[in-house]
Amino acid sequence: MKGLKFILAGIVFGITMAKSEAISWYRIQEMFRFQSFHMYGIIGTAVVLGTLFVFLIKRFHIRDSQGNPITLPDKDKSWTKYILGGLIFGLGWALTGACPGPMFVNIGYGFVTMIIVVIGALGGTYLYGLVRNRLPH
Amino acid sequence: MLELLKQPWPWYTSGIAIALIMVTLLYFGKSFGFSSNLRTMCTIAGAGKRVPFFDFDWRTQRWNLLFLTGSIIGGFVSATLLNSGAPLQLSAATIKDLSVLGIHFDGQLNPGQLFSVDALSVKNVLLMLTGGMLVGFGSRYAGGCTSGHAISGLSNLQLPSLVAVIGFFIGGLIMTHLLLPLIF
Repeated sequence: MKGLKFILAGIVFGITMAKSEAISWYRIQEMFRFQSFHMYGIIGTAVVLGTLFVFLIKRFHIRDSQGNPITLPDKDKSWTKYILGGLIFGLGWALTGACPGPMFVNIGYGFVTMIIVVIGALGGTYLYGLVRNRLPH
Repeated sequence: MLELLKQPWPWYTSGIAIALIMVTLLYFGKSFGFSSNLRTMCTIAGAGKRVPFFDFDWRTQRWNLLFLTGSIIGGFVSATLLNSGAPLQLSAATIKDLSVLGIHFDGQLNPGQLFSVDALSVKNVLLMLTGGMLVGFGSRYAGGCTSGHAISGLSNLQLPSLVAVIGFFIGGLIMTHLLLPLIF
């Protein structure tokens, strides 16, 4: 099955997030209170190593499994949407202790009430689609 | 090996694994970004008929939905096969701060008094819905979440992603230090 590799990558992601407690509401509180290095270590290691990988991909023109050049598109040059959208996201992240990935990992872990958080997130996504033309970007 | 995997993973193991997942997806010709799935789900539910933002061929995101499915399975595997039963080692300072808010640390991943089925109350449901809405709205407004901006974007040295991550933190700090004391 062609999609199996994505399911496997997702399983590794889910296990990683759960076993390193990055899906924990408590750990997110600890992060926003600067009381532990744990979450900063996770994100920091991922970014440092990720930067190295992306540099190597560009430097050696690495191709993907289909033989196409790997391209990483630049994000739109803007400030408003990133700072306002980011701020709104952060409010929700600290309240629920879960960004979009961990919401779903938590459901698998047995925290079934996270389905309510996902319903809220779907509602928020839909609301953004409704009003996006009226928002400053 | 299984015994080792059962223990809580140190931060560096997790960070390395996340970077490897990002690069694996790049190798498969895909870009790591989890919150796009929320938009895709709206599209599958038929939102594209009314709102142009959702009018796209969701099949191009099929791979990401499979990744999401895998992440749920990964959560289940962690709670069963890889569960050591050891309580979470939260810092004493956080335990103390939370107790001031009236949130009792129970050693689980998430506080039972907020997220357990037994604790379902109008207040908890409203908090979860509101928090979820902020995450959903904010991630689409900012064009990505922690995976898309903090991991993929920063790894590609994107200044806009740094701005978004700074936004994540400003929002998180406002919620943690100013709003949570009013809510709890």
